[in-house]
Amino acid sequence: MKFNLYAAALLASVLATGASIQAQNLTGAGATFPNPIYSRWFSEYAQEHPGVHINYQSVGSGAGIQQVSKKVVDFGASDAILTDQQLKDSQVKLTLIPTVLGAVVPVYNVPGVGSDLKFSGDVIADIYLGKITNWNDGRIKADNPGVNFPDKRILPVYRAEGSGTNFIFTDYLSKVNPEFKTRVGAAASVHWPLGIGAKGNEGVAGMIRNTPGSFGYVELIYAVQNKMSYGDVKNAAGKYVKASTDSVSAAAAASAKVIPSDYRISITNATGAGSYPISSFTWLLIPNPSPDSAKGKVLHDFLVWMLEKGQSEAAGMTYAPLPKNVADKVRATINTVK
Amino acid sequence: MDNPTQEIKPLVEPATAENAPLLIPKLVMSDVAHGSPDSPEPARSSEPSVVRKFLNEKSSGKLADGTFGALMLVCALSLFFIVGLIVYVLVMNSRPSLHAFGFKFFTHSVWDPVSGEFGALPFIWGTLVSSLVALVLAVPLALCTAIFLLEICPQPLRAPISFLTEFLAAIPSVVYGLWGVFVLVPFMRDTAGPFLEKTLGWTGLFVEPNFGVGMFTASVILAIMIFPVISSISRDVMRAVPVSQKEAVLALGATRWEMLRMGVLRNARIGIVGAVILGLGRALGETMAVTMVIGNHPDISKNLFAPGYTLASVIANEFTEATGDLYLSSLIEIGLALFLVTIVVNAIARLLVWAVTRGQSQRHA
Repeated sequence: MKFNLYAAALLASVLATGASIQAQNLTGAGATFPNPIYSRWFSEYAQEHPGVHINYQSVGSGAGIQQVSKKVVDFGASDAILTDQQLKDSQVKLTLIPTVLGAVVPVYNVPGVGSDLKFSGDVIADIYLGKITNWNDGRIKADNPGVNFPDKRILPVYRAEGSGTNFIFTDYLSKVNPEFKTRVGAAASVHWPLGIGAKGNEGVAGMIRNTPGSFGYVELIYAVQNKMSYGDVKNAAGKYVKASTDSVSAAAAASAKVIPSDYRISITNATGAGSYPISSFTWLLIPNPSPDSAKGKVLHDFLVWMLEKGQSEAAGMTYAPLPKNVADKVRATINTVK
Repeated sequence: MDNPTQEIKPLVEPATAENAPLLIPKLVMSDVAHGSPDSPEPARSSEPSVVRKFLNEKSSGKLADGTFGALMLVCALSLFFIVGLIVYVLVMNSRPSLHAFGFKFFTHSVWDPVSGEFGALPFIWGTLVSSLVALVLAVPLALCTAIFLLEICPQPLRAPISFLTEFLAAIPSVVYGLWGVFVLVPFMRDTAGPFLEKTLGWTGLFVEPNFGVGMFTASVILAIMIFPVISSISRDVMRAVPVSQKEAVLALGATRWEMLRMGVLRNARIGIVGAVILGLGRALGETMAVTMVIGNHPDISKNLFAPGYTLASVIANEFTEATGDLYLSSLIEIGLALFLVTIVVNAIARLLVWAVTRGQSQRHA
């Protein structure tokens, strides 16, 4: 009896506050790279907006694109740029919303050499093509004057599983090295001419740590959180830049003018002296218009919140926030989401 | 007139499920009535036992027997259904790649998602080589352990060794993988690798560069993982060899080794091959631990230090981020290839057993 009274009171209070607080459960799926910050955003948003519950499954960009296209989930997320074909195949019209930026950094294990090596993109590409096979190669030395390199064979290490990290990295190498573009190409999984594949950021990092002479790449956020040292990369302006949330945001800011209205742009090898060249947006894939208008409304409100409040949390988690000129553009796009 | 078995017959004669409980006492009673007065204790021999009576009161044995039989049949036949369903799903979902590549899928050695070229040969190679090398390493070790435990081991050592053997089987494969990355890989690179290269380098199987990850390291991990399966099962099989057999061989003046060879191993060999096949099955399908140490590079190389790639690993690595029908269906066809490889390997093993035992008297372990 007591319980019934309590339930009735609860029901009354819910009815009193109106229909706007109807419970909304949204499900999203996609990229693993932004999963930490998305999880945090969704849980904070749910706390501030009772009744809204957003569940995100980090199943990978490829699966995310598939699931949102087939209306299995309410929204998707991807690190990879959607192709024209993928947009055409989708059963719902998708609007891409860039949320934060990530970067990929070179890591290495060279005995007797300090932690601040510099690399030009061309050299990295040729290491993965097997054209530079020893650490005392003249071209590595040219990037690092004054460093005494040992005579040690280079072991290139790559991410074995399909990943956004692979996409960003190969996209960059394809831009700076024509041979890499024709022989390997840019994709989440590629055919590496040589080297060893390790699983996940942790697999690559473990292999690098364990293997003298190895060279690999991991996500910036992983390197920072695990206090790994990583190398600088030469950008399009000819400057060696260390990856940081600032230099990654700078790459986005420098590309703002050329960003198309659907945000499908790769910002690797961006112009600008302070831009870190192996940077990329990560996107939310929002069905627009949403098949369920109530869900469309929730997504719209969340995206507005993401731009206003969410962005400020990014840097603390080593994700680069959208620069102001890009955020302004995104705000206009979000207003079309329904 | 009637012998006892015929008298009891009505108890097991088919009867309809409903009237069975009623029928049985009736028949029994009629038997009692017709029992010859001359035969000693005729009533006793045909009367159902106390246990039978109790069971009859409780339930219908006929109904239970029928249901039990049918249930077991359904369970056994469901295997056909499950395997059929797996094949059906694999074939249906890999249609785009079956259509695009045909049989060449299994003989083509380029796997390039960017250009849409898919061939499974390097993965089939990697799966077969890593599993076979694992068998070469594990089988002698496992058999020797089993024989030692059974015939030679001093009593106090027996329990700890067999416990450790079974303990190895319980370790999750990701733990093997981690151990592989942090312990085995450096060991293979710095200690075992150089030694193998010096002693066996001439075979062309162990050639620099050796970075510690590669086919051989994966095989060693696999060997450790399949060791407990082979060892435990072959030990059980050998234990089942009748003691009289062994004693007979010893009595004829055989040494202990001769007794083991002729009395035990020879009799148990079918069971031992079965144990090896089970171990091989595990090695072929093992994913996590292998992925972590094999190097994941789709190459066909005679050099065991070179990185390789297995069928199971490529599915695990690439499935989540695979986009496009052809790519996805090719990965599913890789699953089909793994299925076929398992079937073919099992068939070859069975043929081998058949060829070895053909024409000889069946001696069961």
